[in-house]
Amino acid sequence: MTKQATAQKSNVAEISAGKPKRIEEHIIEVVSDSGEGAQKCGQTFGIVSGKMGNGVWTVEIIPAEIQPPARSQEGASGVRIRLGSKYVTNMGDQADLVVALNEQVLYNRIVNGAFRKGTVVLLENKWADDPQPAIREQYAAALADFKERGLVIHELPLEKECLKIVKNARQGKNMFVLGMLCRIYSRDTQRALDEIAKVFARKGEKVIKPNHELFKAGYQYAAENLEYHYEVPPEHEGIQKPTVVTNGNTAVGLGILASGMDMLAMYPITPATSVSHYVSEVFHHTGGFMHQAEDEIAAVAYAVGSSFAGRTAVTVTSGPGMALKTEILGLAVMCEVPLVVVNVQRGGPATGQPTKIEQGDLLSAIYSMPGDAPKIVMAPATISECFHFVITARKLAEAFRTPVIILTDANLATAVQPYDRPEPQAEWLSAPIDQSEWDKNIPPYDWDDETGLSPRPIPGQPGGEYVLTGLAHTKRSKVAYDSMSNQIGCNMRSRKMAAFAATLQRPEIYGDKEGDMLVVSWGSTMGAVKEAVDRMRSEGHKVSNVHLRFLHPFEKDLKEIFSKFKKVMTVELNYSDDPDMPLITDATRRYAQLANILRHHTLLDIDCWSIVQAAPLQPGMICEAVLGRLKKLN
Amino acid sequence: MFGLKADWSLDVQDRYFTLEDYEGAQPRWCTGCGDHGVLTAVQKVCREAQLAPEKIVNVSGIGCSSRLPHYMKTYGFHGLHGRALPFASGIKARRPDLDVWVSTGDGDCFSIGGCHWIHGIRYNIDMVVLVFDNAIYGLTKNQTSPTTPKDYGTSTHPTGSFLPAMNPLTITLGITNVSFVAQVVDWNPLLVYETIKMAHAHRGTSFVRIIQRCPVFVEDIHKEMMDDPSQILLLKHENGIPTNEAVERIYPNQVVHDPSDWSGAMNIARDESRVPCGLLYHDPEAPVYDDWSNVGMDMSDEEKIAGVNKALDSFSI
Repeated sequence: MTKQATAQKSNVAEISAGKPKRIEEHIIEVVSDSGEGAQKCGQTFGIVSGKMGNGVWTVEIIPAEIQPPARSQEGASGVRIRLGSKYVTNMGDQADLVVALNEQVLYNRIVNGAFRKGTVVLLENKWADDPQPAIREQYAAALADFKERGLVIHELPLEKECLKIVKNARQGKNMFVLGMLCRIYSRDTQRALDEIAKVFARKGEKVIKPNHELFKAGYQYAAENLEYHYEVPPEHEGIQKPTVVTNGNTAVGLGILASGMDMLAMYPITPATSVSHYVSEVFHHTGGFMHQAEDEIAAVAYAVGSSFAGRTAVTVTSGPGMALKTEILGLAVMCEVPLVVVNVQRGGPATGQPTKIEQGDLLSAIYSMPGDAPKIVMAPATISECFHFVITARKLAEAFRTPVIILTDANLATAVQPYDRPEPQAEWLSAPIDQSEWDKNIPPYDWDDETGLSPRPIPGQPGGEYVLTGLAHTKRSKVAYDSMSNQIGCNMRSRKMAAFAATLQRPEIYGDKEGDMLVVSWGSTMGAVKEAVDRMRSEGHKVSNVHLRFLHPFEKDLKEIFSKFKKVMTVELNYSDDPDMPLITDATRRYAQLANILRHHTLLDIDCWSIVQAAPLQPGMICEAVLGRLKKLN
Repeated sequence: MFGLKADWSLDVQDRYFTLEDYEGAQPRWCTGCGDHGVLTAVQKVCREAQLAPEKIVNVSGIGCSSRLPHYMKTYGFHGLHGRALPFASGIKARRPDLDVWVSTGDGDCFSIGGCHWIHGIRYNIDMVVLVFDNAIYGLTKNQTSPTTPKDYGTSTHPTGSFLPAMNPLTITLGITNVSFVAQVVDWNPLLVYETIKMAHAHRGTSFVRIIQRCPVFVEDIHKEMMDDPSQILLLKHENGIPTNEAVERIYPNQVVHDPSDWSGAMNIARDESRVPCGLLYHDPEAPVYDDWSNVGMDMSDEEKIAGVNKALDSFSI
């Protein structure tokens, strides 16, 4: 937009000449066709901001196809960055400023509720003069529609400006946009230039130089032509302590390395696969091996085989893969083989929504196996926890001789956030395989009557020879032909869970210990839920939050904590019946997954609110839902 | 050994293993079942090679054949239908010191485990795979298997099986990176022993199909072959399964076949008028997956921590 045009729009309050306007936080999106580098632009912006000491949360907007049709709504690819003065824990509500490389992709974000009235859109204007009349018409129609929707549109000649520097603007516009954003949000340009050099380091100076020029040109363009100019001062200048920036899948991968596990067996499945991409790139650093199996079943079987032979292994998958692995996970429970399973949840059932978030696999993680198959299920709430939970999971798997399922999701998988750099410890690594002589008198399942725990002979230990079997077995691992052996085996495997539960602490209560409403959450929604609770508390509502990390068995004293509130409800990203829907009564209502198990766990009338709209929860939505239930209460 | 107490010298091998050292529970297979003989041959090969029982893992799926691990006094993994190969592969992945044996059957390997069979052969992980092929589902009581002859009546196809029997030899030979394919009949103990011995000596996946009697459900199929040894084609070669005069006298139909000749092996396998016995194919040079999966095992904790730090540093800001 030119300065002249700006003058005509001087009613836009945010436009001010001279000094940048100080703001607490902004939500920024860059949306484009696939392959235009919006994500690289956003992640670089995020890293620069993280280095400056700002709170940042970035989340990728990923289309389902690799090369979806250009200028299509469903093909929208991009990134959302929430930039704040303080620590940011979630993607927030509607965007404040959007850069769009064509008008059609904006519709994707509009239907997903990403914008509000007054969201500023900086839009590529080359489509206005496109040689194809149909495109010109589409563009004009969309523009009129956007204005009607209350978006504040500025048409910019991005392509034209970039062509002054490079021949193919498609591969460079992202750095021009980065330059613009860095000017608009007063980012440290030197840090940005360094970061660009790092991004293109492998490609050499030949590529770095034009990208630097594009960045500078974008910066210059924004300075001369745009009067959006903000300052988001970080609470503390620069990095306070060693910090890393990764997404959740990379954090899981790093956790695998740091846990000492040296075997990852997998089969490609979205959105889990990038864990294995990362691990296979760096596994040689810790001497590990990544096995891409012929299918999901073979992947978990390979991992179980490795664990049986003494090297606890991990398998990483998503919902449909979990379904296939179910039988072998049942065997691991039955035979007490340690195993770590990471389920990066996506929308289900069936193939469902591969690239979209859902917390729909909680019940199946706990209950999907035939017979009684108790195991540990845990869910990290942050990207940093994705790292640390893998290390904990391996230890628990070995100590309790059980599979441990870690439930992350598509939101944690791709969201990027700075967090404290972990300091790897020797104690995080697995012990060498025990090959000492095994006392022949000790059976392979020498269950302790109090805890159900037993030591495990490893192949190679003389005297420990036994045949693991998925059939019901005695403590000597002999096929059970009597009536009591199965009962005893089930007792012991269940007792381990009780023994583990006894080691868990009471969960922290966020807010007052008593009040009108307790919101219970789990997994990646923690940041959004806590922010919503903060907002409601600041308005005087007596709302608190308990966030659960262990889902099976549960952390301690839940019933006691819950009973101090007039009402308890869960907020989740899985399906539940809305009580106001037709035919839904107390008798027919199906609850969200955590609510379901908490109801029978506590025998309390726990309510729930949950949606399955293929996107992370926004704090605003949570406030609305919780306040609605509160109103009914009073 | 030699009248000396073993602990007098650490260099003296202090353990000599007898057949008994490999004998586990009393087998519960039916009388006349071909599995008994195979079990004995496996135990003999173990003794011959003086394998430490604690270093052996017998892996199996589900079915009559898959009970074998219980009858060995070694480590064992009696897993799930069809999954013996991926379990065994995982066991071997980071434990090159373990001697891994797989016992599976025609239903377990060729049907429910079909995908793992194809890929297992391609991985060529160092293990012995014994397929006990009795052409029927035994343990689940007389259902059609992939190798049940066409028109043969079973509990699931009482008027006769619809499809022609699968040919596991041509399929196995057709899998890229196949390295060892042998076939033998359970009722010739010498051939069974020699075949399994050679399979064990091969580094890679040694696939041995054992045509095996089930006297309860399909007695007639095998009886015909036992009564008429001319139905068998004995494969002879200096690089093949060793035979002796007694064996050669039994089987009038013989052919000299060089096991390095893949096309020749395929032709023999395709000719279903005779049941080949011997080593069809052997490629000792085929790449083994172990050479990738074993890498990095000697790394110290210090090196690993340095490795994790290096990985973390690339994300430091």
